[in-house]
Amino acid sequence: MLRWLPEDVSTFGPDIDSLFYLIYYITAATFIIVTVLMVWFVIAYRQKEGRRATYTHGNTTLEIIWTIVPAAILIVLSFMSVSTWARVKRHAPESDFELQVTAKQFNWEIVYPGTDGKFGTDDDKKFDNDLHVPVNKVVRIHLQSSDVIHSFFLPNLRLKQDAVPGRDILVWFEATKAGKYELPCAELCGFGHSGMKGWLYVHTPEEYAQWSGENLAAKPQ
Amino acid sequence: MSDTAPAEAAHAAHGHHEELGFLRTYVFSTDHKMIGRQFLFLGLFMLMIGGLLAMMVRWELAWPETAVPGLNWIPEPYMYGGIIPPQTYNALFTMHATIMIFFVVMPIMVGCFGNFLIPLMIGTRDMAFPVLNMLSFWVGAVAGVLMLAGFFVAGGPAASGWTAYATLSAKAAYTGVDWGQNLWIISLMVLGVSSLMGSINYITTIVNMRAPGMSYFRMPLTIWSLFITAILLLLALPVLTAALAMLLFDRTLGTHFFLPEGGGQPLLWQHMFWFFGHPEVYVLVLPAMGVTSDLLSTFSRKPIFGYHAMAFSMIAIAFLSWIVWGHHMFISGMNPLLGTAFMMTTMVIAIPSAIKTFNWLGTLWGGSIRFTAPMLFALGFVSNFLIGGLSGIFMASTPVDIFIHDTYFIVAHFHYVVAGIIFALFAAIYYWFPKMFGRTMNEGLGKIHFVLTYIFFNLTFFPMHFLGVAGHMRRIYNPTQYEFLQPMQHWNVFITVSALILGASQLFFLYNFFWSLFAGKKADRNPWQANTLEWSAASPPPHGNFEAQPVVYRGPYEYSSPEVKEDWLPQNKQLGTTGAAARAH
Repeated sequence: MLRWLPEDVSTFGPDIDSLFYLIYYITAATFIIVTVLMVWFVIAYRQKEGRRATYTHGNTTLEIIWTIVPAAILIVLSFMSVSTWARVKRHAPESDFELQVTAKQFNWEIVYPGTDGKFGTDDDKKFDNDLHVPVNKVVRIHLQSSDVIHSFFLPNLRLKQDAVPGRDILVWFEATKAGKYELPCAELCGFGHSGMKGWLYVHTPEEYAQWSGENLAAKPQ
Repeated sequence: MSDTAPAEAAHAAHGHHEELGFLRTYVFSTDHKMIGRQFLFLGLFMLMIGGLLAMMVRWELAWPETAVPGLNWIPEPYMYGGIIPPQTYNALFTMHATIMIFFVVMPIMVGCFGNFLIPLMIGTRDMAFPVLNMLSFWVGAVAGVLMLAGFFVAGGPAASGWTAYATLSAKAAYTGVDWGQNLWIISLMVLGVSSLMGSINYITTIVNMRAPGMSYFRMPLTIWSLFITAILLLLALPVLTAALAMLLFDRTLGTHFFLPEGGGQPLLWQHMFWFFGHPEVYVLVLPAMGVTSDLLSTFSRKPIFGYHAMAFSMIAIAFLSWIVWGHHMFISGMNPLLGTAFMMTTMVIAIPSAIKTFNWLGTLWGGSIRFTAPMLFALGFVSNFLIGGLSGIFMASTPVDIFIHDTYFIVAHFHYVVAGIIFALFAAIYYWFPKMFGRTMNEGLGKIHFVLTYIFFNLTFFPMHFLGVAGHMRRIYNPTQYEFLQPMQHWNVFITVSALILGASQLFFLYNFFWSLFAGKKADRNPWQANTLEWSAASPPPHGNFEAQPVVYRGPYEYSSPEVKEDWLPQNKQLGTTGAAARAH
């Protein structure tokens, strides 16, 4: 089933995917065990002439076992999840590559700070729906919304974060492979929600230098 | 209705009731059984509407922007020659979810079976507050009318999802829906009043009116589940009502509770909504668990495995349901540290659910299983709940949720849980139909209905996991707009075809239900040879339920007890001389 996962091109993606696989194996095994038992019981203990059901109200030992075993598995899973979660959502690495993305019905407005490195100045460069970044570089994004809640979703980077009006939320990623990746909105944002999408262009350093020279240079285009 | 004759005969026989007119008997009845039936018909009517809305949603996803057959009569701008526009699509899934949750599962599982079963199963004449009970139904019916009225106002019905996230829902300009959303809010506030009246009634009745000998730990698990559900509703609904009032004020009076331009917080809505919303999930699923427990025991002819564990795990679920709401908000922008805390509580709430599943298995073990239609549906519920419970673990893990949040993986998960409740709902209808209407539904048709529903339910909802793994977002109008989803589009077609057959399979139920109402085989008092008190009353029970006050001597699950020759032992059967006679026989 997990073969349908989109190709991962992020640094934290492998951690997320390995948890996904681990939970998949645990739940699949549980599903198979319970289903086999259920089918077996239903067939073996179907009504037969002359046989009476076993009169029992339970078994404390069994019940303690099947309380403690799932509890232990679930607690271990929680602790395994904590570090990856912290890495993706709590400890964004420092970087000199910062962008501002403002979601609005029904576009991603992407702002580069220009040569002065500051947002909100005259040399800012704005693009609709096209996000260009270099490969193997930590990208920090200030995610905002100017109307309703949207969700910044990069399936290939295992990244999703809601953009909330009135808030500035920091998200980060580091792409590991050059290419063109889809950037859909994942939160219902109105009648144009479907089709609200952009593209993430991950460039090699040379390509990125060329693109930024053509598009981010100080002179007006 | 089929119960007229016996009910009137009983009245005449007892002679202590004046004849009630048609209105007082069928419309403004204060009899808990008639109110239960009224909730059932309300729920079944809404089920048909909610199901048809789902079919339209599915059509759009499989064959985007093509005309839905037979719907070209719907005027513009709602549809264009049968083609669903995006605005209408958003309204369709919003209304589908709202109707299914608030006007199908709640009226049937809580409204119908709560009303019908509580007095009968605890051995009393009626609810504690019969007039409040009648009001509860009629206020609920008004809420239903208000909700459906949304389809007939300019701008169409609410289109901001059943979760109505602010700011989308807080300003008409963001969705283009004005009165549709207001009606949605008002309808749910009115429905909240109905549910509050019902839950106060349920709690009071169960606490005060149990038959002699019916201690809390002799109550059937169905009653336990309804009792806990009523407490959850009583505590959760005021939060929803408050949030809805704030939303309505934002929309109509210019307040800014959820609008940042006036200092409001969009996330406040999500916190309030899910603080109600997660207990609400258990309001929906606990009665299904209770009914399933009773049916598995009855048709395995075996006591429920671990009765106390079953009751306490429901209580545990109820407590924990108050501290897991943040798992709906992992990627909402809430402090990520809170995400970690809510992940822990969410993992913990999986434990009582696991206990219940294993105890159901334990109940089947060593049984003498009868494959009746209600038993098959109860087994179907267990099987679907297993999948829904396990898929919940994926989204409980915060890092995995980053990817699957707001995708079809979530849609698959909550349909396995919430739409899976329909199996318990059908099980309950097939099982208690003889008691409700004095006639039995056709078993053969019931089995065909089960097999088709089970197969096509799974063919509909299981592949949604595949779509979710591929990243398919929820609530999108046209999946073919996305390059990364195009290789998965055949699954959308597969799901839609399965869903259409699943919908059509319900005709077996509708035909069976209405045919059996008038022409089904007459049922005797205890057609399933079950232990609980309702089976010692006439089918259907007259006004006042029991000929004499039942006295309870034991728990509800004494099947295949060595004390008697038969494999059932009713709760109110006194052993002693008769018991000795039975053994000697």
